[in-house]
Amino acid sequence: MKREKLIRNLATFLSLLAIFGFLKLANSYTSAYIIQILNITAIYIILSTSYNLVNGVTGQFSLGPNAFMAVGAYTASLLTMSPAEKELTFIIEPIISPLGKISLPFLPSLLIAGVVTSIFAFFIAFPVFRVRGDYLAIVTLGFGEIIRVFATNAVSITNGSLGLKGINQYTNLWWSWGWAIFTVFCLISLVESSYGRAMKAIREDETAAQAMGINTFRYKMLAFIISAFFQGIGGGLLAHLLTTIDPKLFSFFLTFNLLIMIVAGGLGSMTGSIIGAVIFAWGFELLRWFEEPHQIGDMFIPGIPGMRMVIFSLLLIIIMLFFRRGITGRWEFSWDWALNTFGRRIKFREIN
Amino acid sequence: MRLIMGMALALILFSFYVSRADDTIKIGVILAMTGGTSAFGQQTWTGMQIGRNIRPTVLGKKVELILLDNKSDKIESANAAQRLIQKDKVIGIIGDVASSNSLAIAPIAEDNHIPHISPSSTNPIVTLNRKYVFRACFIDPFQGEVMAKFAYNELKARKAAVLTDIGQDYSVGLTSAFAKTYKKLGGQIVRQVNYQSGDQDFTAQLTAIKETDPDIIAITGYYTEIALIARQARELGIKATLIAGDGAEAPELTEIGGEAVDGLYYTTHFDEKAVLTPLGKKYVEMFRKQNKSTPDALGALGADAYLIILDAIERTSSTNPEKIRDAIEKTKDFQGITGAITINKNHDAVKNVVIRQVKGRDSVYISSVNP
Amino acid sequence: MDVFFQQLINGISLGSLYALIAIGYTMVYGVLRLINFAHGDVMMVSTYFAFYFITGFSLFSFVIPEMPWYVSFPVAIALTGVLGFLIEHLAYRPLRTAPRISVLMTAIGVSFLLENLGLVIFGGRPKGFPTPRPFEEIFYIKDISLPSLSLLIPLITLIFLGATFYLVYRTKSGIAMRAISRDIETPQLMGINVNRIISLTFILGSVLAAAGGIMLAMRYPQINPLMGIMPGIKAFVAAVLGGIGSVVGAALGGLTLGLIEILFVAFLPSYAGYRDAIAFFILIFILLFKPTGIIGEKLPD
Repeated sequence: MKREKLIRNLATFLSLLAIFGFLKLANSYTSAYIIQILNITAIYIILSTSYNLVNGVTGQFSLGPNAFMAVGAYTASLLTMSPAEKELTFIIEPIISPLGKISLPFLPSLLIAGVVTSIFAFFIAFPVFRVRGDYLAIVTLGFGEIIRVFATNAVSITNGSLGLKGINQYTNLWWSWGWAIFTVFCLISLVESSYGRAMKAIREDETAAQAMGINTFRYKMLAFIISAFFQGIGGGLLAHLLTTIDPKLFSFFLTFNLLIMIVAGGLGSMTGSIIGAVIFAWGFELLRWFEEPHQIGDMFIPGIPGMRMVIFSLLLIIIMLFFRRGITGRWEFSWDWALNTFGRRIKFREIN
Repeated sequence: MRLIMGMALALILFSFYVSRADDTIKIGVILAMTGGTSAFGQQTWTGMQIGRNIRPTVLGKKVELILLDNKSDKIESANAAQRLIQKDKVIGIIGDVASSNSLAIAPIAEDNHIPHISPSSTNPIVTLNRKYVFRACFIDPFQGEVMAKFAYNELKARKAAVLTDIGQDYSVGLTSAFAKTYKKLGGQIVRQVNYQSGDQDFTAQLTAIKETDPDIIAITGYYTEIALIARQARELGIKATLIAGDGAEAPELTEIGGEAVDGLYYTTHFDEKAVLTPLGKKYVEMFRKQNKSTPDALGALGADAYLIILDAIERTSSTNPEKIRDAIEKTKDFQGITGAITINKNHDAVKNVVIRQVKGRDSVYISSVNP
Repeated sequence: MDVFFQQLINGISLGSLYALIAIGYTMVYGVLRLINFAHGDVMMVSTYFAFYFITGFSLFSFVIPEMPWYVSFPVAIALTGVLGFLIEHLAYRPLRTAPRISVLMTAIGVSFLLENLGLVIFGGRPKGFPTPRPFEEIFYIKDISLPSLSLLIPLITLIFLGATFYLVYRTKSGIAMRAISRDIETPQLMGINVNRIISLTFILGSVLAAAGGIMLAMRYPQINPLMGIMPGIKAFVAAVLGGIGSVVGAALGGLTLGLIEILFVAFLPSYAGYRDAIAFFILIFILLFKPTGIIGEKLPD
């Protein structure tokens, strides 16, 4: 028993080291384009795994992560932007007084963004969890829209549709992947704990879980708040990668994108969410091939703008038709599984 | 079988080699071809291609436009900008219409020292404090000022109502400039109401406006909504004169608006009857032949953005992005499609504003205002 | 007072439009428990069908001449029914036994596909919808304007509501539909061809979407490939507001939503920018007190 645990920890440590090495190499030898996509990948991982906690693990069909990301992104950006930059950006109406003078470093701003988002989640949890199923979906979608409309109209806080600009580009591979690894680590520990088991019980049968003495509201709330925390962080990281945000960025299409990642990846599985996020981030760039002009021999095929999204939609339908539970289903990667599959093969070879 | 496959593969690789070996000048284009603002992106792209057909070469080399779609999205815009610079090694970037996406492209162009021209992002903060970022259009304050002066002095309107597309920074900026000048002149803004692009029903807003009985209604958004607003205003029996910005200029305005937009005034970039540059004449002619409709503002600005870069390349006789940037900055009285363009110290294009009025299916020239 | 009546008419006109689209939405939900995100996009396609039949077009070497509205509208509606049938057959039927969320994903996939195919084929630029003359008439009572469409739309909605009602409560297929909405397996055992009934529901839902779409296109005469998104979401809100799955609820929800949107702007014109938020705010507020909508079913727990 003890030996296995040691192996597992060693494997985790080694793979973290491998990721670190890979990022170190990527940072110095690849182009800014690859680094950009790697950053986006990490942010998507944070967003998809934390979204999966509510939708996949706890089984509550929420459509609200765009609201959380918006809250996180605006909070973090307004905190890190310098007062001078704020004054230049707010050209329609000046920014309200205390916000205009504050300027904090990146980490505290991110943490505050996460906390503010969690507090927001705490308050909306009361109306959200009064309803169930598809009603819950529309209520969370509604909060997303309310936040977006608020961000568009509250010009003296968010600069309205003009958006924020000149946010410092703090997000780099270390920040994004550091947070991604931390998020995945936290979420996996949570899912494997007794809290996680209670959440899964709610997903399988809420009434039965209640009958077993689980305070379902408390656990749903917990999942919601934790998920909101990481989505706030993710939003903050995204804002400090793009250096500009505006309300249009946080429309419900962003939520749909995350939903595609977690469902096509495998709803309920953290491994699936990570795979979904990685495929989503890189897939869109690979699919650009369909829009480029191609010359095959004498035949010249001009690029058709828009084809990428057509192919993407078709792929999404096909994936769902052939992998009904997404790519991984509810399967989770674990070192035990890895040892069993690959370990056996090695032993097999030794015998031969 | 394997042989055929191998040959096919070799052919594909060869074709790649051939297409890559061409000695071309690459300019990246990032536009919304899908998603919410795809209509604007597609319009700009149509115009830009005509611009390229007018001048396909510079310094004896062919110009290749590499178009990347950004799904009307910031994240995709940033990815596309990195891709164009790192993978395609472009010497300049043109894009996007929506200021929000141009804002995502700008810092990347800035970091990589690649000149970036937005064809029609009018939000002043796009070029603010940027060394490598320019625009091919005038910014809202100037246009709003012209609108307000025209409404007050020429149309003798004393009471104005304003409809703003709160979701479009262009509209918000234009409204703010219009209102400021109009009030300064002594006019009265009797009602200021908002809508969101994509809205279809404006009857509630218009009924609220009707109550105040304004002389003029300024609509600062884009043509689709302007046309629908005009229709519904006429249906409600509102007789006030309508005025709009360059967002109104598109054949769709009359196509959707029909009789309702008849008599609407709008500010824009060029008119066939005003003094038209040789390039402008050629553009209008080619556009009419190809699309069988009147040219729109977004397309013309797209072509101008392209031609400004080409002009800069020619003047420096170099494809070095740094030198191109310096040349763009020094653009003075360039006879582009939308008039004589000068880039000012804020990197905005300075040029005449033309005022036109819709008459039937077409628009007639009213006057032009020098900056 | 005139202003208030004008706003009331504006609200009823908009509300009945939402209602018409929401009825189709809620019918599909009723039998399959599926949030059909593609509903608004099916509606969008129907308006393009109508557009091309009215203006005429040529496909390959076939030239279809311009057709009067009383021919092209029924043809467009019928074609949209076929589209609905195909979508159900290809994208939803294979997933009959799969988790609900998987069907929801294909619905999002179909929605994206229709939008983006529309962008590639029709182009993203909006097209002016040629509203037939008879629908462009405007009547005036004192200062209140009554465009003929804003009278016609509530009427059409009522007719379709009545027809749907007759079908659901007075025909054999309707009884089967209601049975399936309770439980999908038992009716199968009792000899009901479930697939046929579900196909029928989809065709009906699409026909309703097409009727709504054409009304929408005539009232607000511009069409573009993304025009279905917002009405789709609004129809979803309307259906939930009324109690999702209930036909009367959808009609009621649509009407309420339209009225709220218009009256909010009427009373607080300077806050018109918050209009979309207010719709959701009211929805959330109502769900707080009636967690399953105005005419909601009891929670099955």
